[in-house]
Amino acid sequence: MDLLSFARGPALKIAMGVFFVGVFWRIVSFMLLRIRREYSRPRASLLRYVSIGLFATASRSWPHPQFIKRTGAGEALGYSYHMGLFAIILAYGPHIAFLGGLLGFTWPGLPSSVITGIAVVTATLFAGVLYRRVTSPVMRMISNFDDYFTWFITMLVLLTGLATSAHLGARYETLLAIHILSVDALLIWFPFGKLMHAFYIMPSRALNGAILARKGAAT
Amino acid sequence: MSARRGLTVGETLRKHGVTRRGFVKFCTATVTAMALPPWLGAAMAAQLSSGQRPSVVYLSFQECTGCFESFIRSFSPTIESLIFDVISLDYDDTLMAASGDASESALATAMKEHFGEYILIVDGSIPTGASGACCTAGGRSAEDSLREAAKGARVILAVGTCSSFGGIPFADPNPTNAWPVSAIVGDKPIINVSGCPPIPEVITGTLLQYVTTGRIPDLDEHGRPLAFFGNSIHDRCYRRPFYDAGQFAKTFDDEGARNGWCLYELGCKGPTTYNACATLKWNGGTSFPIESGHGCLGCSEPNFWDKGSFYAAQSTAEWGRAGESSRKPLAEFAGAAIAAGAVLGAASAGTGRLRQHKHEKE
Repeated sequence: MDLLSFARGPALKIAMGVFFVGVFWRIVSFMLLRIRREYSRPRASLLRYVSIGLFATASRSWPHPQFIKRTGAGEALGYSYHMGLFAIILAYGPHIAFLGGLLGFTWPGLPSSVITGIAVVTATLFAGVLYRRVTSPVMRMISNFDDYFTWFITMLVLLTGLATSAHLGARYETLLAIHILSVDALLIWFPFGKLMHAFYIMPSRALNGAILARKGAAT
Repeated sequence: MSARRGLTVGETLRKHGVTRRGFVKFCTATVTAMALPPWLGAAMAAQLSSGQRPSVVYLSFQECTGCFESFIRSFSPTIESLIFDVISLDYDDTLMAASGDASESALATAMKEHFGEYILIVDGSIPTGASGACCTAGGRSAEDSLREAAKGARVILAVGTCSSFGGIPFADPNPTNAWPVSAIVGDKPIINVSGCPPIPEVITGTLLQYVTTGRIPDLDEHGRPLAFFGNSIHDRCYRRPFYDAGQFAKTFDDEGARNGWCLYELGCKGPTTYNACATLKWNGGTSFPIESGHGCLGCSEPNFWDKGSFYAAQSTAEWGRAGESSRKPLAEFAGAAIAAGAVLGAASAGTGRLRQHKHEKE
């Protein structure tokens, strides 16, 4: 078995197995956590605090006007590279072929040259994210191994993907195998690190919004 | 066949009315076509004008004769110019008129008279299962014949993917326990000319290059001449701009296919296949499979038969059986993994609650 067959065969199977088991293990254990009982009287109706909770998923995804000068640039950086990553994953022909092979349907993509441009910009923004993390004293203090390793593994996927599409440094099959292996590594790391925010971020915003609404402190 | 070996190649060409200018032009054109260094043109001219036509022995083992059919369809050089003017084809059981004892005796004579000097061309894999009974000729197994012929060979040309890498007989489950030449012969230089079949001009070009320069050409990691196997088909493909533009045919008869868009999503193995199909092409430069609307099968690469479906894109997962949709096996796998994760999550939450409960009691 050559490296490419290993990467997209057994290694991918193991990675997806760990991904599905890990993600659902964490989601189910999170959902079944015992929630502290609230003894105070609810300040709003059930319907109101649920709807405020749902609204919070949107309102808390935007910088608060009071802090926009301080946090706006960081949030813009974050949103930009996330959009870049989504475009690369969902609009690149070979990725559509990969996902289509698993899902059974495909969709139109963007020209490869456009995706390459987006990937270069995204990688640059991503490097900017690391720079911000290591140069800001507060960010540095609240960062741990998880943050740096998650950054490293995402950047690895991005750079190996760029090298593969540009046929840089080695033969296509070797580059493609390394790229798929880096995706396999990302899938394995996904449930155990900060990448889980993909599943947690919206429910946690909704929950916080609802709890605060129940206490009469809706934001 | 060996009666004409008294003349040098130069003498033979002069006899055919080839002028000195024409001869030098031929050498220059050959060196250019093979992407060789310019100084080799002079070396080739010297070698050709003074050297005698080398003896060539062509052995066919477990094969379909496709490689030989390809070999005899070479346009430049043509097979007749090659065997009448450049080499002395002393044994080839498909082409020679003799049969039975006469042909076996021609083989024995060629191997004895030119021991250590002849070029051995091997076509087909070598089956070693059933004590070699899967492929025999003249009462000897392919393995015995190869070992014996290889002893006196100066160089071996493994023609075709079967002799280079095992090919289709070597594919899983390899019922005849077939092997490539390199697995049987370890002490002779081997040039692999892979392909199923190889391009005619790649076979004759490699042979001509060796005969005219007397040197083993530069080889890639699979032992193939870099002059022909140095670039991937994808890198030289005329449909490459469509790949770069993200324009892919989705089926063999859609608008994209009719417009000549890239066949990557239809399983074309061009990006991982190294051969000269996109440049030399087939049938005297007429076309090649991609030009005819079908993706490359990757036939010049090792284990091409065992690398999943011919019609699955290179970037797709190898999930389930080759050629079948991966949706059902993936759905089953994901379902089982999700269920296992949910059970694990419930167990983990349950233990957490028990721990909390115990803590509260204390």
